[in-house]
Amino acid sequence: MDQLTSQMHLLVFILIGTLAVASSILVVAMRNPVHSALFLLLTFLCVAVLFVLRSAEFVAAVQVLVYAGGIMVLFLFVVMLINYRHLPEERVTSPVWLGGIGVGLAIFILLFALVRPGVYHDQSPDAVKRLTTVKETYLAPHPSDPDKLVRRTREVANRNAEAVGMALYNEYLVPFEVASLFLLVAMVGAIVIGKRELSADEEESTPQFIMDRAETEKDVKEAMSA
Amino acid sequence: MPSTAQYLMLSGTLFAVGLVGVIVRRNMITVLMCIELMLNAVNINLVAFSHHLGNLDGQVFAVFVICIAAGEAAVGLAIIIQLYRLRSTINVDEVRTLNG
Repeated sequence: MDQLTSQMHLLVFILIGTLAVASSILVVAMRNPVHSALFLLLTFLCVAVLFVLRSAEFVAAVQVLVYAGGIMVLFLFVVMLINYRHLPEERVTSPVWLGGIGVGLAIFILLFALVRPGVYHDQSPDAVKRLTTVKETYLAPHPSDPDKLVRRTREVANRNAEAVGMALYNEYLVPFEVASLFLLVAMVGAIVIGKRELSADEEESTPQFIMDRAETEKDVKEAMSA
Repeated sequence: MPSTAQYLMLSGTLFAVGLVGVIVRRNMITVLMCIELMLNAVNINLVAFSHHLGNLDGQVFAVFVICIAAGEAAVGLAIIIQLYRLRSTINVDEVRTLNG
């Protein structure tokens, strides 16, 4: 990679990384949960840019679709359902906030002590190539017999999404299916937990209740006339 | 080109900020948001090491982590809504019935 592109990458990393850290701090600091959610959205988008810089285009796309698209909408809907303004005004932070910041600082220092710059220098030179190339089979004319076709493989570059897909559907097929089952269970669980218990008044207006009552009345009438 | 060490430092910072949020904030929705922040920091780590080692497994794991985070957010938010209906509060410090 030439020098200028490398410098640009570093510049983008520093800018976007700073923005990500700043907005994540604002997520914690904002009083109103809607503001927190919007800064969280900004953090997610910054992280997606960082993924693209590490040649993980597919993960970046999933990050934008699932986090910025799905999870954020879920959060905003719940904030609206809760109706934050009706809650009593009180302190935002818990009484142990000093201890919390202490624990955070301790973890921060610990992680920084673990990551010494220079330890990860010996990056394999063809690392990016291995992340983005896929082997593709294609049919080519036989060298001696023009009527026959032979199977050949070639390497195609810049196909990160395809490479991740091949890994997901070959090596990680069972975890992939388990993940789909997990999502089904989570969906059913969220619906069952979030469902509202009907009050007696509301129960009388459900279609099932009305139909049941009509049937009972018909039975009673038949019994009376017989 | 940013080095792997720089990526790890960034992810460590995001993780620490998320952890502080989980401990310090009392609003349950914000606490859940901070958990998402920590999961995202882990994803940065996975992708950085995947790039460093030239191995796709890290990216596949990042996809799984995103999937788990989506399920966790859905169930967590459902619990928060139900709790708000029952107790009219989403304050972490006020929900301590199991605390004895």
